[in-house]
Amino acid sequence: MINALSVPRAAPPGTVRRIHRRRLLVLGGLLALLASAVTLSLAFGAKPIPPADVWHALIGPTGTENDIIVRSLRIPRTAIGVMAGIALGVAGALMQGHTRNPLADPGLLGVTQGAAFAMVLSIVVLGVGSPYGYIWFGLAGALVASAGVFALGMAGGRGGPTPVTLALAGTAVSAFLYGLTSALVLLDEQAMDTFRFWQLGSIAARGADVAWQVLPFVAVGLIVALVNAPGLNALSLGEDVARALGQNVALTRAVGIAAITLLSGASVAVCGALAFVGLIVPHLTRPLSGPDHRWLLPYSGLAGASALLLADVIGRVVAHPGELEVGVVLALAGAPFFIALVRRRRPVRL
Amino acid sequence: MTSTAPPYLARRRALRIGPASWLLRPRSLAAALVLLGTTVLLMALSMRLGDIPMSVSEVLRAITGDGPDHFVVMQLRLPRALTGAGVGAALALSGAIVQAIARNPLASPDILGVTTGASVTVVAVIVAAGNTWGGVSGVLAEAGVPAAALLGGLIGALTVYLLAWRKGMDGYRLVLVGIGVSAICTNLKFWLLTVGDVNDSSRAMVWISGSLNGRGWEHVIPVAIALAVLLPPALLGTASLGALRFGDDTVTGLGVRMHLTRGLMILAAVLLAATATASAGPIAFVALAAPQIALRLAGVAQPPLVVSALAGAVLTVGADLIARTAFSPVELPVGVVTGVVGAPYLIYLLIRVRRKART
Repeated sequence: MINALSVPRAAPPGTVRRIHRRRLLVLGGLLALLASAVTLSLAFGAKPIPPADVWHALIGPTGTENDIIVRSLRIPRTAIGVMAGIALGVAGALMQGHTRNPLADPGLLGVTQGAAFAMVLSIVVLGVGSPYGYIWFGLAGALVASAGVFALGMAGGRGGPTPVTLALAGTAVSAFLYGLTSALVLLDEQAMDTFRFWQLGSIAARGADVAWQVLPFVAVGLIVALVNAPGLNALSLGEDVARALGQNVALTRAVGIAAITLLSGASVAVCGALAFVGLIVPHLTRPLSGPDHRWLLPYSGLAGASALLLADVIGRVVAHPGELEVGVVLALAGAPFFIALVRRRRPVRL
Repeated sequence: MTSTAPPYLARRRALRIGPASWLLRPRSLAAALVLLGTTVLLMALSMRLGDIPMSVSEVLRAITGDGPDHFVVMQLRLPRALTGAGVGAALALSGAIVQAIARNPLASPDILGVTTGASVTVVAVIVAAGNTWGGVSGVLAEAGVPAAALLGGLIGALTVYLLAWRKGMDGYRLVLVGIGVSAICTNLKFWLLTVGDVNDSSRAMVWISGSLNGRGWEHVIPVAIALAVLLPPALLGTASLGALRFGDDTVTGLGVRMHLTRGLMILAAVLLAATATASAGPIAFVALAAPQIALRLAGVAQPPLVVSALAGAVLTVGADLIARTAFSPVELPVGVVTGVVGAPYLIYLLIRVRRKART
């Protein structure tokens, strides 16, 4: 284990330095991966645009057709993909850390089902028709559901909710909301038609204004997540040890859940039910980072964003001139890769 | 009990049949009896309520008599209630076994690939049989759905098991591979829902929610057989199952033939879930919640099999009663209601037992 806390004091200084260098190397590799994913996402699309024109649009747009396509479609789409991918990867790693459960996805605390229910309700009751309209309802639903789960986890005990209570309360609230959503969808065909595309997950056709709307949520969520990382490291040693180390367990949990809610709520509201990105990515990055969340969180964020963007590019290319939604590609291409990796290495347990 | 037994064991009574023995826990027994009573009560209520409300005496006369009520009770309401009870019990039993093996309260037959495999197969059949690709006629699709579900469920489970097998089985790797296979199946299912006509998607949505609408004796029998065949061996394995929640090394040290026991228990869980799903669709939440409700009612550390099965039956029959009467004449799929009814109760139990809950 290469947790900073478990490196013995007497370890030769070279060991620590070597670990540090390896970690920075991996970080650099993941950054390079994300950079190439962004490049591909800008370069490929329904309309073939020569690289020179893409460059032209980025540097000095003069209002040509290609400039407009790149600046009004591809850049926002890429930006949303990067933000959602980072958010889901980080939220997933946080969630698995806090619940100490490999089955925990960032939507576990009711975020996904809360967003789904609020969105379907807004379609059925208020007749909201455009994605721009229901994004805000989705976000509000995600925040309310997550806060409700945390309150239920807190109820009837002191010292903050235990991971098991939290996970089960989240699952129960999700099941409750899922039931209500299914009932609404089955009774209203128009809602069904929107919902079936929403639950697949997509980052297509969301404009620059949507990207600007999500940015503050993701930015604040990321800062809160990084602040939470050292505390979560202490919590993974067990709550009693964490308390003995001077951690405020309830506060650390609350901060972590706030970060998870902001990050996954924003991405689920904009991109649909893509929470499984956050379920799978931390299992891929944990062998690289070890159990230290200060490294696991950035790794998972970068890997999540790269995976989301690459899957989106593949979806644009394989189904040309149409598109395959990013959720399908991620599952069909990403999950077999994940299974192969799980089979190759000894799983790194939480 | 000999007099040399430690004092905490001296008060325990055990039921012994041949080499097998079970500790008798009064609280588990009480929970089981209450749940059994509730199941019977809900089924009786289910006989009475519907488009033609009947009194108890009318129901009894309908069972023995030959009038139109006879058909309603014997061919519509009774098989439906029995399917609900059987499917609920089978799913809950399967969930209890999986949660014990995975040592994880969030585990359910979903991670074995059974329900997700069944779902994607059935959605494919419904969408292909609909207007979209026009290949298969509607009647064939109706008959083919349970077969497709069974086949899909078994293939899904086999895939997960084979992929997770690598010089032996490891519970953690099984969970991770299950996550991967479930992700593939679920998203493939979502994609199929968007490809098809919206009417087909709605029909598929009813099936994947889990529905007991129009279930007859042909749905009761497979589930009853599965329960009758698989419950006894599952109970025989209870002691080993209890040991499985400790680490692998401890289990081996305790003298349990771990790989064999675990393999057989997983097989039982897969068959139970696959049969139940073929009959009524992957009814949501039952397999996950019923064992958790049961262990809190019985006050034990690990999902108790019989109590879980009964809790599953109560949850499913009760939810179906609400599903078909609450918005009459519209009948909701039972899986829509299980979560809405079961979740508040599970949350209530969580809060009440909170102080005893361990991390």
